[in-house]
Amino acid sequence: MSTTIYVPCDSSAISLGADRVAAAIAYEAEKRGIAIQLIRNGSRGLFWLEPLVEVVTGKGRVGYGPVQVSDVPGLFDAAFLQGEPHHRSLGLIEELDYLKKQQRLTFARIGKTDPVNLDEYVINDGYRGLTNALSMAPQDIVKHVTDSGLRGRGGAAFPTGIKWNTVLNTPDEQKYIVCNADEGDSGTFSDRMVMEGDPFVLIEGMTIAGLAVGATQGYIYLRVEYPHAHAALNTAIEKAYQADYLGNNIQSSGKKFDLEVRLGAGAYICGEETSLMESLEGKRGLVRFKPPLPAISGLFGKPTVINNVISLASVPIILDKGGDYYRNFGMGRSRGTLPVQLAGNIKYPGLVELAFGLTLRELLYDFGGGSATGRPIRAVQVGGPLGAYLPESQFDTLVDYEAFAGIWAVLGHGGIVVFDDTVDMAEMARYSMEFCAIESCGKCTPCRIGSTRGYEVIDDIINGRDVNKNIPLLRDLCDTLLNGSLCALGGMTPYPVLSALNHFPEDFGISDKANAA
Amino acid sequence: MTEPGIMLSTVQDITTALKDKPGALLPILHGVQDALGYIPVDSIPHIAKALNLSRAEVHGVISFYHYFRDTPPGKHTIHLCRAESCQSRGSKQLENHVKNKLAIDFHETTPDGKFSLEPVYCLGNCACSPAMQIGNEIYGRVSPDLFDNAINELRELA
Ligand SMILES: Cc1cc2nc3c(=O)[nH]c(=O)nc-3n(C[C@H](O)[C@H](O)[C@H](O)COP(=O)(O)O)c2cc1C
Ligand code: SF4
Ligand code: FES
Ligand code: FES
Repeated sequence: MSTTIYVPCDSSAISLGADRVAAAIAYEAEKRGIAIQLIRNGSRGLFWLEPLVEVVTGKGRVGYGPVQVSDVPGLFDAAFLQGEPHHRSLGLIEELDYLKKQQRLTFARIGKTDPVNLDEYVINDGYRGLTNALSMAPQDIVKHVTDSGLRGRGGAAFPTGIKWNTVLNTPDEQKYIVCNADEGDSGTFSDRMVMEGDPFVLIEGMTIAGLAVGATQGYIYLRVEYPHAHAALNTAIEKAYQADYLGNNIQSSGKKFDLEVRLGAGAYICGEETSLMESLEGKRGLVRFKPPLPAISGLFGKPTVINNVISLASVPIILDKGGDYYRNFGMGRSRGTLPVQLAGNIKYPGLVELAFGLTLRELLYDFGGGSATGRPIRAVQVGGPLGAYLPESQFDTLVDYEAFAGIWAVLGHGGIVVFDDTVDMAEMARYSMEFCAIESCGKCTPCRIGSTRGYEVIDDIINGRDVNKNIPLLRDLCDTLLNGSLCALGGMTPYPVLSALNHFPEDFGISDKANAA
Repeated sequence: MTEPGIMLSTVQDITTALKDKPGALLPILHGVQDALGYIPVDSIPHIAKALNLSRAEVHGVISFYHYFRDTPPGKHTIHLCRAESCQSRGSKQLENHVKNKLAIDFHETTPDGKFSLEPVYCLGNCACSPAMQIGNEIYGRVSPDLFDNAINELRELA
């Protein structure tokens, strides 16, 4: 019998050489006349070990990593096909602490399976949620989602069930399900891992959403920076059509749902839901005034559910195991699990899915192992480019939406970017203003003009010009942005800027915190 | 540069195939840029006519999106990540190295037409920062040496 070997097709693994390693393994096996079955899986999300090769043995899947092309002949010599030791051996993959300590609900399959193999998806609990949903009334599907306590994972944390209920109760002959796959937040990659590593779970989640609210057309708005996710989604969608999981008669139920991927074009603002819908309609991505809510008048003026990839990919397990099952994870009003992404200057970067409620410190040190450079961690930015910078004194904050709001910070899409003590926080604040200026849709003056003024003022501060006059000016500008912006791009740029100023005044040339106020 | 005739028939084919999709403009612009590398100014009247839009509207959409370009790119487009995670791993130093090595700034193309350099704000490869993309190829933990090797390989190919 031939041995099964897994080499990830995840784009981060590829960026570290996974394609070349896969080719080298195939070549070496052929040269030695050994029959192998080489499967490209998603990534387990342990990126310091990528490319991570797994071999199926009688005891389980044995890992080797990080593997480079030059390691491949040696791995064969050491009989890695029998799971034998080698200096790259990691032992049984499921026994690795980093994985074992996680609670993977949304990411249950990712890294285990061939992402675009529909049979494998079904064998591994796929489409169980849809099967249940097909026998339920729309109200009952929505009720499970409401009961689960799921809140939007795209950033705003709005309860998903409430949103769906509004669309369900807004009659129209045409409604839409839109998946926000713009994943513009720096420091985040969980959407990408789902789309590359388990695209069927997103397709299933969107199909269930369609049944729940009476929508027959779905769009995935995908950022153009993700070509591998694009390919995986298109392949999976085609297979789902062939097997009647999409189309006019889903699993002989008489229910219809069509799905198409549309590409963005490099505009961060198009992740904002109304801008995204403008873009889908073929326009400039200008943010719309709300109301009307997208749930009532969204894409092409029709009732529209718009949800993040992770929100939608969490729906199948909720419909499979019930809303209460999901709700039993988490704390307070943050229910279920959050796939956290550890990024930046961190020793063990990766994907950590856990119930809400552990501390930032546990993530940074117990999982992340501290900084990659070995220097002290000085600041972390949580929640993307509009998220606050947290100093060491806030590392005991719980991963919980309300706990973060309590310290004027956000969890957002769950990205955590780590900086060591070489970071210059005034430079980071300047970058936040510059980013706002580059990505502003241009609709409001504070965001369009104020952001440019903002980085000019910070330039002056960095150069030591009139610091005593310029600090209050910067604060005034932030006030104007906070209060005078239509959307969170302008409205939240003050989070990283002011948190940098308040927690790290010394980087702005202010000697004590009192003067920074 | 593409021959004007070929350019127009390509644009015509793409527009005809996609114009009846709801919200067809972005798919058409992607189609044109995929085929030609950029969206020639001369193609705008055709696209506008097919979709019943004004030229100004089409131009406005093209200019809104960073990814769309109306000038031909170099043979290889390098997208270098400038966002926070990559900054935490030295992307600013890398950016200086890249600009020196290619002797161009962002939004420019080398005089030999081989490389264009564009900034990008996160590639979703933040667990392997600093990151860049050349064409569809993604690179992680990019050091100046790794960058030089990648560029030299592509130079030899072309
Ligand atoms: C500037 C800006 C950028 C955003 N980018 C994204 C994004 O890339 N992905 C996303 O899912 N939500 C993004 N959002 C949030 C969306 O507006 C919206 O809240 C989300 O798509 C709703 O889905 P959810 O409830 O499932 O989170 C962004 C919001 C703003 C203001
Ligand atoms: S805050 Fe900025 S991005 Fe948001 S609507 Fe206003 S101008 Fe556009
Ligand atoms: S044109 Fe603005 S980033 Fe390239
Ligand atoms: S911040 Fe550079 S890849 Fe995400």
